[in-house]
Amino acid sequence: MSLTEERSATAHAPVEHTVGRVEDVPPGEGRAFVAGGVQVAVFRLRDGSLHATQAACPHAGGPLADGQTDVDVLVCPLHLFAYRWTDGASTSGAAPIRVYPVHERDGALVVTL
Amino acid sequence: MPVLGGRPAGVTALRVDDELDRRGRLVVVGNGMAGARFVEEVLERGGGDSFRITVFGDEPHGNYNRIMLSPVLAGESHEDDIVLNSHEWYADNDVDLRAGVRVERVDTAAKLVHAADGSTTPYDHLVLATGSYSFIPPMTGVRTEAGDLLPGVFGFRTIDETRALLEATGRCRRAVVMGGGLLGLEAARALQGHGLQVDLVHAMPWLMNAQLSREAGAVLEKSVESLGITVHLDVLATEVLGSDHVEGVLLKDGRRLDCDLLVVAAGVRPHTDVAVRSGLEVERAVVVDDQLRTDDPDVYAIGECAQHRGSVYGLVAPAWEHARVLADVLTGTDPAAEYHGSRTATKLKVAGVDVAVMGVPTPERDDDEFLVISEPKRGVHLSVVIRDDRLIGATLLGDTRKVAYLTQAFDRGSPLPEERIRLLVDLSDGAEEVGVAEMPADSQVCNCNGVSKGDICGAVAGGCGSVGAVMDRTRAGKGCGSCKSLVKQIVEWAADGEVTEDPSASWYVPGVPLAKPELTAAIRAQDLRSVSAVFAALAPGGKEDARSKMGLTSLLKMIWGADFVPEKDGEFINDRVHANIQRDGTFSVVPQMKGGVTTPAQLRRIADVAEKYEVPMVKVTGGQRIDLLGVRKEDLPAMWADLGMPSGYAYGKSMRTVKTCVGSDFCRFGLDDSTQLGIDLETRFQGIESPAKIKMAVVGCPRNCAEAYVKDVGVVAVGAGRWEVYVGGAAGASVRKGDLLATVSSRDEVMTLVGRFVQHYRENANWLERTYDFVPRVGLETIRQALEESGADLDAGIQRSIDAYTDPWGQDGPDPATPGQFRPALPLVALPEVPVR
Ligand code: SRM
Ligand SMILES: Cc1cc2nc3c(=O)[nH]c(=O)nc-3n(C[C@H](O)[C@H](O)[C@H](O)COP(=O)(O)OP(=O)(O)OC[C@H]3O[C@@H](n4cnc5c(N)ncnc54)[C@H](O)[C@@H]3O)c2cc1C
Ligand code: SF4
Ligand code: FES
Repeated sequence: MSLTEERSATAHAPVEHTVGRVEDVPPGEGRAFVAGGVQVAVFRLRDGSLHATQAACPHAGGPLADGQTDVDVLVCPLHLFAYRWTDGASTSGAAPIRVYPVHERDGALVVTL
Repeated sequence: MPVLGGRPAGVTALRVDDELDRRGRLVVVGNGMAGARFVEEVLERGGGDSFRITVFGDEPHGNYNRIMLSPVLAGESHEDDIVLNSHEWYADNDVDLRAGVRVERVDTAAKLVHAADGSTTPYDHLVLATGSYSFIPPMTGVRTEAGDLLPGVFGFRTIDETRALLEATGRCRRAVVMGGGLLGLEAARALQGHGLQVDLVHAMPWLMNAQLSREAGAVLEKSVESLGITVHLDVLATEVLGSDHVEGVLLKDGRRLDCDLLVVAAGVRPHTDVAVRSGLEVERAVVVDDQLRTDDPDVYAIGECAQHRGSVYGLVAPAWEHARVLADVLTGTDPAAEYHGSRTATKLKVAGVDVAVMGVPTPERDDDEFLVISEPKRGVHLSVVIRDDRLIGATLLGDTRKVAYLTQAFDRGSPLPEERIRLLVDLSDGAEEVGVAEMPADSQVCNCNGVSKGDICGAVAGGCGSVGAVMDRTRAGKGCGSCKSLVKQIVEWAADGEVTEDPSASWYVPGVPLAKPELTAAIRAQDLRSVSAVFAALAPGGKEDARSKMGLTSLLKMIWGADFVPEKDGEFINDRVHANIQRDGTFSVVPQMKGGVTTPAQLRRIADVAEKYEVPMVKVTGGQRIDLLGVRKEDLPAMWADLGMPSGYAYGKSMRTVKTCVGSDFCRFGLDDSTQLGIDLETRFQGIESPAKIKMAVVGCPRNCAEAYVKDVGVVAVGAGRWEVYVGGAAGASVRKGDLLATVSSRDEVMTLVGRFVQHYRENANWLERTYDFVPRVGLETIRQALEESGADLDAGIQRSIDAYTDPWGQDGPDPATPGQFRPALPLVALPEVPVR
């Protein structure tokens, strides 16, 4: 994602996007979606919580939706850098990822960006 | 050539507009060991707030540990492991790294740096850290007409030269190394280790003449010759022979040494060209005062390009001291900090021999005491020089156990024992431990990073619970690494035996505090069949851990076979989609091709599939099969269906391939049917998950065409129906010849023995521990005994996994395991691009 896109995403008021159904994302896994022209990765953890992040890893563009998760972090599949859900910061010294608010409404996945 | 510690193309960093930045401009020329360390020291002192930092580096790479080029050349370290600061690091710390950009001159009046790329960069403070280059003595024919080195002639200073040398070792047979100092000896040993015949030519009468006495040099010479290196002393090379490529060297005494590789390690010269062109005072190197300042008040020089009080150093410890002092001065942490020269007590490993030297090598006055212990047979030579009851010099060769004690006596002038011999040998048992206890707190342990015993004890007191944690905190042992064992001793002593090993080091996976045997027992006892069940029952607080999931999945599959309860999120992406993820998020598809044997029909199908799905690259792998690379995730199931071939498991921590040679059916040397045995092995053990990948090979005779000696399991036909079974071989990042487990007299015995070994390995190896580490760790004898004693159990264990095998492609292709199993993960942006061939 280019910088301008990131900027424009924050410039206007937050907008909700319904990207799919909760059951599209199996427990513990992630899937990629497009929300208002921006690609996002949505994760459903085994504890039921939902998380959404940018889809491409800032390190080298790895597909974050293919990563592995636990309650604290998301691990990118390419070089195993880990990112905290709470703020997107990397625990391995890489640049942070963007995290987006996401919630369930009547079985639908709603991402705000 | 890949950039070491590089940053992927397409990634750029954001920076604030220049005009808005009010910080001072600090420019460093030279991104080597001094320059990069200086930047680290500045950042550590909070200098990132007061300075905007730019670093020019002639080399395109991040910063790497130059000292470690010797083990890289010897094949003992991988180049990725010697990166100190990657490009990423510079970006993360807001340091503008101009890698691959050479600085040409400095306009000290306008305070501008002119670089070869045409750029001009203003500075407020400029630091020269340009290091040295390999000195090429004048010899007829050493350069081409264009002035380049004759092909086949190399210096040994940079990673690029090291790569070129490594590459040349594959083609060359005879090497001449010029120079019998540290670098020459290291190069000679490394080349010799690569199987080249090596002649070492040294212009002086003994090796390492700058550091060692003649006697010590002679002992070292013996050790070097015993490696198989021929040493020629006291003779100059005058001419390099060969017109397009080096063919030999001519010595002054008329002898000719043939070679196809010439390494010149005849000393280094400081890079002073920038300073000279900029009008700075240069003698042997750039002249600096006690604050590392040149004759221009805003220009400094550190490292090997600096000359301080007449001394130019060629080691990393002084360079790092320069970096510390200058960082103190420039950041204002200690504006009065001064550098007063370095004591060169060095401890090195030269050509595999431990060497420590300090002070003078031999007595200089009539009443100097001189004590020597020389054991040329063992390659040991120890000596001390004492003047007025003070140690003024010591040389330890081949045995450096007393180095800590002597360094301390040398540095501090502390009193010496009456019985001088105690300086060199321990006369009573346990004296070594006492040695650590008795070392004063301020005695230096790590010379490279200037870490004292007190610093190490401080780190332990401050809560560092393991040797690794102490090393991270203090940097001790992070230079040349020769002090690691001493650091360990001190940590153990300081922690009073309380904390020695990192407790988690023995855990099977980081998130469950149990070693493999206990973990296995608990899983069995509590009947835990899924990854989440293991976390819930055995992890602290029942907390799952992403980095532990893959290892647990593998272990559970091994324990439960078909009764394992799969959870997709417990698998790495490769295992989730049965293909190997590529750098751009696409996948590779490697169909099974047992023993490397295929058919025209199979090849036709592969060709059709490759065309239909527009596969960007079709490649024959090193594992004797065909790889379809760059496949979109969503195409995987359809491709498998069209191929109609089972998975080759090229992605898993599992049994991969069995390579074979043509064997007795076709080869005129074949002693047995290696091809069929390979196919049978691959059929029996296909897809078996294991702690790390398992690769096998079967060859029809000891010519070993399918490389069985360097496989996890290698089987060699030796005639009359007999087969040798080797285990623990490797030819990847480590190269190791397998150990002969047994010679058996039938194919059935091979199948049984291999099954038992594989199962024993699966049950006992640590996660990701290849057989080349496992076998030497456990010991061949122990393994033999275990295979013998628990044969029946091992047979049953492996059979359970064999029975549980299903082809994952046949299974998940028609019927996805989870919703969206093959859904694209990056639908919009393709980054980075993989070139299409
Ligand atoms: C395709 C292939 C290279 C080729 O074009 O020939 C290959 C490709 C990869 N190798 Fe390899 N290795 C290939 C043969 C080898 C061999 C030769 C052999 O098998 O005879 C070796 C040395 C033998 C060995 O394993 O020790 C080899 C030693 C490695 C290593 C070093 C392992 C080690 O511990 O020393 C790695 C890294 C690792 O496993 O962590 C590795 C890792 C990789 C990975 C999986 C990197 C990764 O994690 O993504 C590459 C995957 C590319 C892909 O998606 O297909 N590959 N790799 C070969 C596939 C063989 C096959 O048909 O299955
Ligand atoms: C194989 C080998 C083994 C060694 N082993 C040991 C050992 O065991 N113990 C020990 O203490 N020391 C050892 N050394 C020596 C040690 O590596 C050096 O003392 C140390 O690297 C010096 O640091 P430096 O920063 O001054 O120079 P360097 O590390 O050489 O860095 C200088 C950098 O400046 C760059 N540069 C030069 N001119 C310009 C320019 N005009 N513009 C931009 N960039 C420029 C160069 O490309 C280089 O990257 C070894 C050296 C080698 C080669
Ligand atoms: S295929 Fe093997 S050797 Fe080649 S780049 Fe990948 S891991 Fe390295
Ligand atoms: S691309 Fe994500 S860690 Fe490298």
